[in-house]
Amino acid sequence: MIKAETNSQKIKFNRWRKGMGGQKFLVGFTFLIVPLILLFVFTYLPFFKMFEFSFYKMKYLGSRTFIGLENYLDVFQRDDIFGSLKLSFYYMGGALLQMALALFFATILSFKIRGGNFFKGAIFFPFLVNGIALGFIFKFFYTRGFVLDTLLGSIGIDTNSLPYWLKDTSINNFSLVATSVWKYMGQNMVLFIGAIMSVDPNMYEAAEIDGANKWHKFIYIILPSIRTIVLLNLILSITGSLSAFEPPFVITKGNFGTSTYFVTMHTIAHENQKVGLASAMAVVLMGIIVIATLAQKLFFRYAFNEDDDGTGTSKRALQRASKRDRESSRLKARSFSRTRPGAGASAKTEHKASAFAKTERTR
Amino acid sequence: MANNSGLSNGERILRVLTAIAKYFLLVFASFLCVVPIVSCVVTAFKTEGEYATTNIMTLPQNWTYFTNFITVWNKVNMGKAFLNTGIILIAVLVGSIMFSAMLAYVLNRFKFHGNTIIRNLFLFATLIPGIATQVTVYQIMSGLGFVNTLYGYIILLLGSDVISIYIFLQYFENLSESLDESAILDGCSYFGVFFKILLPLTKPAIVTSMVLKGVATYNEYYMANLYLQDKMLYQTVCTALYRFTGPFGNQYNYICAGVLISLIPALVVFILCQKQIYNGLGAGAVKG
Repeated sequence: MIKAETNSQKIKFNRWRKGMGGQKFLVGFTFLIVPLILLFVFTYLPFFKMFEFSFYKMKYLGSRTFIGLENYLDVFQRDDIFGSLKLSFYYMGGALLQMALALFFATILSFKIRGGNFFKGAIFFPFLVNGIALGFIFKFFYTRGFVLDTLLGSIGIDTNSLPYWLKDTSINNFSLVATSVWKYMGQNMVLFIGAIMSVDPNMYEAAEIDGANKWHKFIYIILPSIRTIVLLNLILSITGSLSAFEPPFVITKGNFGTSTYFVTMHTIAHENQKVGLASAMAVVLMGIIVIATLAQKLFFRYAFNEDDDGTGTSKRALQRASKRDRESSRLKARSFSRTRPGAGASAKTEHKASAFAKTERTR
Repeated sequence: MANNSGLSNGERILRVLTAIAKYFLLVFASFLCVVPIVSCVVTAFKTEGEYATTNIMTLPQNWTYFTNFITVWNKVNMGKAFLNTGIILIAVLVGSIMFSAMLAYVLNRFKFHGNTIIRNLFLFATLIPGIATQVTVYQIMSGLGFVNTLYGYIILLLGSDVISIYIFLQYFENLSESLDESAILDGCSYFGVFFKILLPLTKPAIVTSMVLKGVATYNEYYMANLYLQDKMLYQTVCTALYRFTGPFGNQYNYICAGVLISLIPALVVFILCQKQIYNGLGAGAVKG
């Protein structure tokens, strides 16, 4: 009897394994397991361990002692740590300038222009320069009597009156922020060009017929349709400024008052080996970033009465469009109104543009 | 020109002036972007004597003076660095593309409990700055015996960046489900659907994530510096470049040659795959 039962179970299992449900489970399991293990081991395990470590006084090796919140008090009280957060404001300023420039050049380069591809490439290429090379390039660029001084001298500026770009504490943070703008402006620009390109060209034509000039086109067509991606980048740049790391790390090594929060953390963790304190620093910064991200979500939801990502108006337009479509073709409507959690902003703006054009046409 | 005839003189002048301003600003911006790199090119071709005596922006006498490049290549064993970087690149690209495609397929096509949770876990992971967790990742890496091994570094890179996952998720969104359905009706298994039908169709996503992940992997130096501690045996192109500070001090004619060697692969990829890079950025940077 028992044997028969196990046999029937075996058959059941085999049928299940070969059937669609069982197959689905097997495929799902085997496809998910490795990425999930990697995610757990290299992201979440370190993340939780960091909380744990932040309550201890410890090094990488050897014993550790529980010290409660002392590390956190240190983070807020030590001038070299909390003061380094202030440097983020330089990087935020740089990020704003960078986005404005990127938006400006993206608008110019989105339309037919002679040599457009060359300019785009030249402005974008710095993004592909690796960090170590960037460090050497700008050490060379800023050193006394080298590239920048020579250039400024050649347009008639007295080189003796120039500051030490990397050592003078009144200017060196600006020099470093400039390298960050140099590297990332082109990347922002390419993103914006992509978004602007997805605007339906019919809208420009329609606007031209209505007598719109270039400025009108920018304000009333381009800006609204790429608002999502601009705001998204603005928010990313705020969290990015808090975690600014590369320019000071590779160019000045954090000397001469350029040590940003992460550079300070790196020194404390890997040179002073104060693992507990460094963990507390990481936890504090991550707290700030999570709060900033949540605040951004709330901001979009309540201030604009829109969805997370500022596509609320487009969604309403989409719903209108899909309602019409449902009457003519049910299938089409389904694919329209399906929630698309993974879809990026470029796809969204595309939909928005087409939906908008549709509503325009019916009017 | 036909539609210009209706313009008054003033409007025509204004139009020419804006065009001039536009080009001037573009040329100026491109100049600023290119000048730090060009100054390196100029310097890399100078002999030691030339470097010591001439102005930084003076062009080198001989554009075929490759001695700096050869010296640098041999001194820090660049061949080994490129070999290591090549191995890392291949392993990371193959691995991350397979894993992200599989993950995206399951998350997009299968409705099951925990689907949203898994998506959110990956989304939240993007909020955690990588450098912040390295303090504890270091402990985990040494606990696993991964420090100072190429495979450990490769596995870490596979687990540390989620950009390709988003590229594939987005791509699967736009692949019609009727493809899978008809294949399954024809008796195809889910494995078959993925490997025989969907994976070949995701070629654009594969190219995009290859380019983006490839550039990111090639340029990675922070973790390489931390975990590949045997700088002779396991140096990558970036960490090899990092070693220049010692032997070459302030001799920028050599350092610039090294910088250029490290930039050449990026430049070649950029010239060949401009379109994919531009498109990929749009797809990848938004991260859902």
